Amino acid sequence: MPQSDRPLSPHLQIYRWQLTMTLSILHRATGIALAAGTILLIAFLLALAAGPQPYAAVRGFCASAFGTFLLIGWSWSLCFHLCNGIRHLAWDAGWGFAIPRAYVTGWAVVAVSLLMTASIWMCVFAQGGPR
Amino acid sequence: MNAADLQTPLKRVRGLGSAKDGTRHFIIQRITALALVPLCLWTIFLALSLVRADYAAARAMLHHPFAAVWLAAFVIAMFWHAQLGLQVVLEDYVHTRWLEVLAQVVVKFFCVVGAIVSLLAIVRIVLG
Repeated sequence: MPQSDRPLSPHLQIYRWQLTMTLSILHRATGIALAAGTILLIAFLLALAAGPQPYAAVRGFCASAFGTFLLIGWSWSLCFHLCNGIRHLAWDAGWGFAIPRAYVTGWAVVAVSLLMTASIWMCVFAQGGPR
Repeated sequence: MNAADLQTPLKRVRGLGSAKDGTRHFIIQRITALALVPLCLWTIFLALSLVRADYAAARAMLHHPFAAVWLAAFVIAMFWHAQLGLQVVLEDYVHTRWLEVLAQVVVKFFCVVGAIVSLLAIVRIVLG
């Protein structure tokens, strides 16, 4: 909780829900999710370095229903964070601040990230699914 | 009246960070982000090419120096970027000082150890 009794600025519930704030929140949320997902990356590399049995165990986890569910979530998180990150880099370069443009790029991020995720999983299932 | 009120503004901000390197965090976050754009795309392709790979095939794929260098670059940029991002999230939302410091240290340790472990695993795969 805030430690001073200074007045607070209006918080989230004051505002009408809109795309730009949703994407901003999702950027942070996907960033946190991806940081958690590094555990699987570490596990994968360790298993690959260790030997066939640990590798099979990690692959088995990825192929399980829960593992696949996590992988789908993480793959979309990565695509979204990547696309929206490029949007942020454009802002940092001074481009795209006009409100209509922020909405166009915002919807583009939503569309491209979903399309990328769909392509990734079509590619995975075309090869027989995760295993 | 408490002691804090008697401090000059300069005294109050001393020790809260340098005025010279405040943009360092911002700049490194952007540089790692820029590096991660191609590195992420390549890592996605690597992951997709690993779908059908058994143990020997996966090892052979990462045995290639090019793959190892790109994966090592991805690991370094990614853990660095993750630490910088999580740091800002903790600064923004954890308002209990000791809890924030503890969380910051845990995140830093996790990211550094994660990067070291991943890099050593890559070295072992390349040399093994």
